[in-house]
Order: sequence, then C-alpha cells, then structure tokens
Amino acid sequence: MPVRLRRTMEWAIEQLLRLCAVLSVATTIGIIYVLISQSVPFFAEAPIKEFLTGTKWTPLSASKSFGVLPLVMGTLWITFIAMVVALPAGLLIAIYLSEFASRRVRSTIKPALEILAGIPTVVYGYFALLTVTPLLQKVIPELNIFNALSAGLVMGVMILPMVASLSEDALYAAPQRLREASYALGATKLQMIFRTLIPAALSGIAASFILAAARAIGETMIVAIAAGMQPIIAWDPREAMQTMTAFIVRVSMGDVARGTLDYHSIFAVGLVLFLMTLGLNSLSLWLRERYERAYR
Amino acid sequence: MSAQPIKPTVDPSGDQDHQPSASPRRGRGREIAFEVIALGAVTAAMMVLVGLLVSVVLDGHNRLNAEFLTSFPSSMPHKAGLKPAFFGSLYLMLLTALFCFPVGVATAIYLEEYAKKGGLARLIELNIANLAGVPSIVYGLLGLAIFVRALNLERSLLSGALTLALLVLPIVIIASREALRAVPPYVRDASLALGASRWQTVWKQVLPIARPGIMTGTILALSRAIGETAPIITVGAVGYIRHLPKDIKDSFTAMPIQIYDWVSQRPEATGPDNVTFQQDAAAGIVILLAMLLAMNGVAIWLRNRAQKRLK
Amino acid sequence: MQPVPTPVPQDTEDPAGVPDADAGGQALRLRTEELSVFYADVQALKSVTVEIPAREITALIGPSGCGKSTFLRCFNRMNDVIPDARVQGKVLLGDRDVNGRGVDVVELRKRVGMVFQQPNPFPMSIFDNVAYGPKIHGVRGRQQLQEIVETSLKSAALWDEVKDELKKSAFDLSGGQQQRLCIARTLAVKPEVILMDEPCSALDPQSTSRIEDLMTDLKRHYTVIIVTHNMQQAARVSKMTGFFLMGDLVEFDTTEKVFTNPADERTEQYVSGRFG
Repeated sequence: MPVRLRRTMEWAIEQLLRLCAVLSVATTIGIIYVLISQSVPFFAEAPIKEFLTGTKWTPLSASKSFGVLPLVMGTLWITFIAMVVALPAGLLIAIYLSEFASRRVRSTIKPALEILAGIPTVVYGYFALLTVTPLLQKVIPELNIFNALSAGLVMGVMILPMVASLSEDALYAAPQRLREASYALGATKLQMIFRTLIPAALSGIAASFILAAARAIGETMIVAIAAGMQPIIAWDPREAMQTMTAFIVRVSMGDVARGTLDYHSIFAVGLVLFLMTLGLNSLSLWLRERYERAYR
Repeated sequence: MSAQPIKPTVDPSGDQDHQPSASPRRGRGREIAFEVIALGAVTAAMMVLVGLLVSVVLDGHNRLNAEFLTSFPSSMPHKAGLKPAFFGSLYLMLLTALFCFPVGVATAIYLEEYAKKGGLARLIELNIANLAGVPSIVYGLLGLAIFVRALNLERSLLSGALTLALLVLPIVIIASREALRAVPPYVRDASLALGASRWQTVWKQVLPIARPGIMTGTILALSRAIGETAPIITVGAVGYIRHLPKDIKDSFTAMPIQIYDWVSQRPEATGPDNVTFQQDAAAGIVILLAMLLAMNGVAIWLRNRAQKRLK
Repeated sequence: MQPVPTPVPQDTEDPAGVPDADAGGQALRLRTEELSVFYADVQALKSVTVEIPAREITALIGPSGCGKSTFLRCFNRMNDVIPDARVQGKVLLGDRDVNGRGVDVVELRKRVGMVFQQPNPFPMSIFDNVAYGPKIHGVRGRQQLQEIVETSLKSAALWDEVKDELKKSAFDLSGGQQQRLCIARTLAVKPEVILMDEPCSALDPQSTSRIEDLMTDLKRHYTVIIVTHNMQQAARVSKMTGFFLMGDLVEFDTTEKVFTNPADERTEQYVSGRFG
C-alpha cells in the first residue's frame, strides 16, 4: 500500500474513533440541552419560586399548582427507607466478605449479590406490590395497598449489592500493612476493623453510600408500581406517595402531545432529578478518586 | 514459563488474602457475635432473592405454557400472551447491540490506544463516569425529545433501541476499556517493532486478545438493556400491541413493559380457573429472568473459555 | 501520534523517505550525532555521537538505567511509544535522519527490526507469528508466505524443531525457542538492521549459547546491535563495544580494546566487575 494512502487511512480511522468517543460527551450535552430547553415553556407558566417552594403539585388538573416539593419529599422518603435497609446491611456484608469470609464463601456470595443487582426493577416492583405489601399488611393492617414503606424496603434490597460491593472494594483495597500495624499494637480483630480499617476506607465507603442514594433517587419502576401516584406531602410511610420518577412515568403512559404543559412538566421534573443525581454522583466520584489516590 | 500470562479479565477478588494467620484470643466472643450478625445480613439478602424467585414461580407457573408464549395480549387474563413483547425485546436487543457495540468499542479503543492522557481523554472519562450514574428515565426523556420528536422517528422500535443504546453505552465502554487494558503491552511493542501501523496493531493483535472481555461486557450491557422499563415507557412502548413490529419504524412493546402493564391491571379481573393478570405478569417475569440468566450464562462461558484457551 | 499526516516527499522511488542500501550490496551506514533523549524532565541519554559498523555485531553494555536501551530504541523510534519521551539530535540511517520530516516510521521499522528482552510471541500459531510481518506489509500469496516462513525459521535455527507443528500455539514452545521465533519473526520482514534488547536475559545458558551462535550467523547479512548486561556475552560475540554510564557513552571501541585495555577508568572498573 502506498505510504500516503496508508497514512491517510490511519488518520481517518483515528478521527472516526475520536468521533465515537466524543459522542458520549454529546450525550451529556444532549441531556442537559433537552432538559433545559423543554422545561423553559413549563417555567413560563409556573413561577420558579412556586415550583421550588410550593407544597401542592397539580400541574395537570384544572386548578393548577406547581410546587414540586411533594414529589421531592416522596422521593426522599422512599430513598431514606431504602438507605436504612441498604447501609447497615450492605456495610455488614462488605466487612464480612472482606475480613471474615473464606475464599470459597466469597465466591458463592458475590455472584448471588450480582444476581440480586441484575434483577430488572420491574420485577422488584412486582415483588413489592404483590408479595411484600400483603406480607406487611399482616403486621400493619392499616397499610395502604400503595405505600412508601414497601417500595422503600424493596428498593433497599435492590441497592444493597451496590453498597456491599463498592464498600468491599474500598475495604479490600486498604493496604495489608494497616491491618498488621493494628494487630501489632494488640488490637482485636473487631478493634482493627472499626478503629483502623473503616476509618481508612471511609471515603470509599461514603462514596458507595452516596452512589447508592443517587441510584435510589433515580429508580423508577419500583415506586411507579408499589408506591402509588399521590403527589401529596405525606409524613406517614404507610401511605401512598409519588416520586419524581413515578410522575414522569405516569405522564408518559398517556400519549402526551408535544407542546402541552403536561409534556413540558416531565422535563422540568426530570431536570430536578438530573441535578440531584448529578450532584451526588460527582460527590461520590470525587470521594472515590480521593481514596484511590491515597492507596496508590 | 517465560511468556507472561494473558489475563483477559480482571479478577475482582484479587489475590491477596486478608485473613490474619492467627486471631488474637481477646475479644473472640464479640467477634463471633459480629460474624453471626453479618452472616444474618447475608442470609437475609439471600432469603429475599429466594423469596422473590419462589413467589414469581408460584404465581406464574400455571400460565407457563406454549399458548402464553404464542398469544397476543388480550383484555382477558387467561387469553393474554407474551408473543409481541418477547419478539419486541429480542428486536430491541439486537438493534441496541448494533448501535452500542461499535460506538462503545471504538470509544474504548480511542481512550486506551490513541488518546494522550489528560485533556480530551480526561474530559471523556469523567463524562462517561457521570453518564453511568444518570437515572435511566432521564435517558428516556432524552430519547423522547431527540429521537421521537426532533428526529421524527415516532414511538418506534428504532427510537427505543437508540435510547437504550445510549443508556448502556457507558457499560460497554467501561468493560471494553478493561479488556483492552488487560492486553499485555508487549504485544503492542512487538507488533509496532515489526512495522505494523497503530491501527494494524489494534485490529490484528490487541482486539483479538481483548475480544472475550469485550463480548462479555457487551452481553452484560444488553442484559441490562432488555430489563429496562422506564426509558422505553417515555419513548412510547405500550402494553397493548396486537401485532409484531413489521419494521424498525413500527410501534412496539417489550417484556418489561408488558409485565408492568399486567401488574397495573385490576387484580379482581379474573378469567376461568381464576387466572389473573398478576399471574400473567409473574409468568412474564419467569421468562424474562430465564432470558437474562441465559445471557449471563453465555457471558460467563465466553470468559471461562477465553481463560482456558490462553493458558 | 501525529493527528495529521506529515507530508510525504513526491519522490516515487523512495516513498518512505528512508534511503535504500546501496545497490552494490554495500551496507548502510548507521550513526548518531549528538543524540539526546529526555523522559519528561529527566535526560536519559546525553549527546551521543557514534558510528555503528555495518554487518557486524555491536554490543552496548553498562549498568541498568545507563541509557543503553534508550539508545537502542532510537534506531527504530520505539521511543515514540513512550509518552513524554523527547529525542534531540540525529540518528542517521545512510544519510537520512530517521526523525526527519517525511520519514515514515512504519517503513523505518520494517528496515530496522527489534528483538525484545522477554520473548514476546503473539498469542497465535508459530506460522502466523512469522507470517504476521509479511502479511501486514502486503504479502498475500499463500505460497509466498510459506516460503518466507520457512526461510525465516531456518535462518533463526528453529525450522528443524518446529517444521511439523507450525500450527501449534507459539506459547507451547520453550523460552529459548520462543526467542528464536521472535528472531525469525523479525527476519521475515527482511530488515537490514536488527536491534536486540538483552535478548538472552530471560533464557537458560544453553538457549543463550544457541542465540549467540545465531547472532554470529546473522551478521553476515545484517547489522546487529545488542544491548546486554552480560559482559562475557559482549566479549564473545561482538566486534565493537560501547560502554554507557548515566546517559553518557563513556567509551566506544573494538571489543578487544574495551575489555583488555580500556581508555577510560570507569570502563575499566565496570568491565573488571568493580561496580554495576
């Protein structure tokens, strides 16, 4: 092949590869552009102040209120319940896997956790509505069919593998010399774990918690199926609530016409959702890089 | 053995062992208590997994028959079937692979084999890490505004596949990069020293070695894609479709959508033998999980085979 | 890598910009002029000027980190692969600077082959390993490839051992065989210069002596430059020897002179085993 042709081809291939790589950046720009441009018409009708501080969310009904707080509250409530399940259990499992389990036990539990993580969320939704809620109703008779509690508990199980696996990575990455130093000072195994290992791996563990919270906030199908569609500020987890994601699903299920307020409202809610998860993800990334650098 | 072993995938468990050789005696009681609690957490998680699987199989087993797989949805639960959803998911998966595989692998090649560290590469890396954490429904909104509306692809199979491709692209990229990074550097040096160009080196040496890792990552990404519900709801998959998609511009449904549709039906609606839509949903879940299991099996098989061959 | 292709001279007879060996069979002159290499801010090679004799074996010795491998990698521009590496000065193949504009690195590496420290066969069959080079340079015919593979394996003294199992994976060979395979692979692209970067350091004494015999054969057709940490090896095989220390070429002379009567005190200390 002539040199010039070969060089041109090499150059063209590199440009093509670069173009593909840049596409991922274009996706981010696309997301931001779409969320902002499509929610502008919404904010033309809904004052931003009301959007952020109003406590009533009825953008689709005749008497319109645009307070997004009920959706945010619903989201945070359910995320909170999920975290109450996932944090302690996830951390315990991580410590167990990293410090106690034999290689054989670990090689059984880790794939099982991966299966748990790989189950589609619609399946978890089914499980929450048709298995967990009826079970809970036996204990709590006044539990609504659609309720935050059941959705939150199942969501906790869903994000548990993420907490466990990322926290375990952080613990596992802690240098052996830390453990040895702690033992050499006469610490028991638990003292070593809680006074040396966990503090050392703290930023990695925190990163896993935050990432899991972001995941819970953005999770859609469990809440759309099991938590209900009531956009009211409720303090009782036995009641139905609506999250931001569930609202988007509910509006999308009908064939929303372009240019209507309904259509634009889901982008406005999507924008809030995106900003919240972006903030948490960035924080988690930053923490993660910090611990990776510390161990290098 | 003088040739360095080639590890196509990274062993997640590492090879150090943190078990101390001798546990101090003191505090042994508390330690056992802690271990019991931790084991309890593990067991609880496993119980949930088992409970979930048992409950869907119990609910769905009497709907698992050939008729269920070959029927269209119906307003009567005992007549409803999964056929359009099953094929919808299949087409969706193939189309998604068609988009995300070349772009994802190309991006990984660019980042690992071409880009200088820093600058653009750093920006792209950060961006991919962030994209991986964007909620799937936000991708749905992107697909709705760009593919469905702006590009006028309507609520079609194509819109759904493009949306899912963007969603799983970070997974493909991250897995492919890992596979490329596991290719020992000496392979590149040897090829370049023989006068191979950079692309020849990548195409003829690096990619074949990284292929099992890339395939495994792609299959896992696709199994994520076919389990996704929210993003394709927003781009307009619907639960009640009584035909198979004729082409990629046709409307479509998919298994998770169909399951969601059935779960949301009134539980009182029963057919003969007390068949409910909830049982249809459970049966659909069993099929969906079986498909995911099969895909994961293939991925694991590919990985093991590659490890064996390179030994 | 350059994002934009550098312009190629119009001269069609010399598309790569690398001059051919003189038609009369006279071998190519290989020299460096004030050659320096920097890795980021660290200077790994300090202004080396030297002429390497054609169709002879030249050995480069010195303690680790002295710059001898860096120097070797200048001849086929393998330093390009290392991020932050910067080359100053000239490396002349004939009378063309290999770093000059219009020199195609692919063409250069075709003519200046390299054998690495660790045997590094590709994860392919023996045949495909040797045929890889010719294939990427456009040789297509099955017959032709077979001939090249056979000749190259014969020249690398490996043919008799592998001729019945060319389809076997290269990883099934012993370390010494793998290294000879790598030499065969290099010969298959018909280079004029062969660079060897500690080619025997990973091998047992028997394999080492086979490779040394092979080198002696090779010098009839090729200019060979070998980096070695093994002074006996340098003394056994080479005509010329260069001694590097901390990036400087301290001494370059006939092997005999360097080992028996070095001009520099540091060389004397090194070859007599007092450091390094």
